[in-house]
Amino acid sequence: MRRLRYDIVIVGSGAGGGTVAEQLSPLCRQGVRIAVLEKGPRLRDDEFTGRELEMAAALYEDCGGFLTSDGAMTLAFGCAYGGSTVVYTGTSMLPPERVIRRWNVPGLTHADLECRARKYMAENNVHFLPDEAINENNKLFAAGCRALGYDVQQFPVNVKGCRGSSLCNLGCPNQAKQGTDRVQLPRAEQNGVEVVTRCEVLSIADKTLTARVSPKPAGGKGDPSPWEPGEYQIDVSIIVLCAGALHTPALLRHLPLPRVGRGFTCHPAMIMVAEHDRPITNFVGHPKSYYLDQFAESDRFVLETCMYFPFITAKSLAGFGAAHSTFMRAFPRLQMILVLACDKADGHNRVTFDHAGRPVVDYRFQPDAIHGLVRGAITSAKIFFAAGAARVHMPVGRSATIEARDVERLKEIAAAAEFKPGKTPVSAAHLQGGCAMGAGPSDSVTDCWGRVHGHPRLFVADASLFPDSLEINPYVTIMALADRVAQRIREEAPALL
Amino acid sequence: MPLDLDLATFRAVVATIVPESAALDEQGWRDLDQVVEALLRDRPESLKRQLRLFLRAVAWLPVIRYGRTFSRLHPDARARVLAHLENDRILKVRVGFWGLRTIVLAGYYGRAAAAREIGYAADARGWEARP
Repeated sequence: MRRLRYDIVIVGSGAGGGTVAEQLSPLCRQGVRIAVLEKGPRLRDDEFTGRELEMAAALYEDCGGFLTSDGAMTLAFGCAYGGSTVVYTGTSMLPPERVIRRWNVPGLTHADLECRARKYMAENNVHFLPDEAINENNKLFAAGCRALGYDVQQFPVNVKGCRGSSLCNLGCPNQAKQGTDRVQLPRAEQNGVEVVTRCEVLSIADKTLTARVSPKPAGGKGDPSPWEPGEYQIDVSIIVLCAGALHTPALLRHLPLPRVGRGFTCHPAMIMVAEHDRPITNFVGHPKSYYLDQFAESDRFVLETCMYFPFITAKSLAGFGAAHSTFMRAFPRLQMILVLACDKADGHNRVTFDHAGRPVVDYRFQPDAIHGLVRGAITSAKIFFAAGAARVHMPVGRSATIEARDVERLKEIAAAAEFKPGKTPVSAAHLQGGCAMGAGPSDSVTDCWGRVHGHPRLFVADASLFPDSLEINPYVTIMALADRVAQRIREEAPALL
Repeated sequence: MPLDLDLATFRAVVATIVPESAALDEQGWRDLDQVVEALLRDRPESLKRQLRLFLRAVAWLPVIRYGRTFSRLHPDARARVLAHLENDRILKVRVGFWGLRTIVLAGYYGRAAAAREIGYAADARGWEARP
């Protein structure tokens, strides 16, 4: 095993890791050695082909199909230089005040988070797309909402030079999306931070960690790691864990902290699909321009526009056979809405670990989440029909297809809705919790600055810090929290290094 | 054949889940097999074993009710068998069917030819590629 020495090691390069790397990088000028260890590969610009399965294999953990322990839900998260910021749509939301107040973390205020979030929204070019860049899939959602009197909102997005490929979730082929791979990590590297890809951290201990560098697989995408393949022991003064809501708790599994892995949550999601009688622009243009969150408090769901690719769409339609194929063969006429359930952190749902220390997600759908998904599906159907759709695919209906003439029966259909784990197609993104911030070890894993209780040199800076669901797309909030963590490390660097 | 899956049963399942697969020629089936193989290559051995076992169950369960293996059933009976598994009261059975269905859909719709057939034509050039 090779042995190396760094002053600061950041584990993971997504919204959290990229931000911490950039914020700490000025320390390199003072001779501080900083490394970012990223498990995934770093792709060249010309390797972003937009081909669905090929890109999913290159950019997502388990091709985007990481399964919960009972197999009833898949979890999608990125595994590449830039983490999940490579594969999101760039939607950039300020943390909601109601949520941060409810988190009730001593020392954490909404005003502070908002101020930091705005800094990153400016840095990453967040703005509203002009009307002419918005496709019909999105406009029909807005029109349907407005016809029903709903308060539809436009997403601010972090793109620069977007050509409207619609392929955001497969990594932008035009490098338009301003994730940490485009903004924070390159700046950090210019300042002297080393980013080591294909490097999986296996375990951490006080002032040391072990990592394994994998060779580039034959025929695989991305550059080889800058380090030789093999195992490494790294002596380090400060460790910052930014490996996401599954891997960060897994790396803390050996510590005597009872809350590690607890409080895991996510946004269980269903893709709703409707068919129009005419082709609409759907697989061209930015896929996610509008959202509706007015039911987040009352009915526990948020709706967002979306447009997915053939396999993901096929997987998200319930059932099989002729009815399923009919929707698939109408692809140029399809409109899509993503239903996200606002799932509260619950005692049952947690990250545990297998014999090898890999994360295992024990997750049960809670009644509130099921209610949110069903209500969200029914509301989506209303919006589709209000926008002129001819028929809607209803994954929680007794019958998978609802015709426009049945719109009056939606209440009845809602009453008979059937949600069956393992049958109803649900996948989740926005994994959160597992290393919550809080007052002390009995209720949390870290303090409000991301420092692990009882471990002055160990920090967490990713979505695992969330004490409960954020209820919106999380990356700007992750960056704001990571900014706080970096500030605390900078302030204490003279004592800790 | 991916993972040494039972060819006749696997293709009968594909044909039931995606009826259009009846029109696949040998090249089309080869493409489908390749997609499935690539998808499963790096998955844990335990998952591959479960998939093989589940497919074997799909092959032989119909013998109890219909007196024939799955691949020798009429298409309507095949659909009834799969619908039964999809709705089974045991979560593990439903999840098993879900996994098999996912692999079939990936194999079929993961092919470039399938994207063309359903009219999906996303292009990196975005709006500029519109006619």
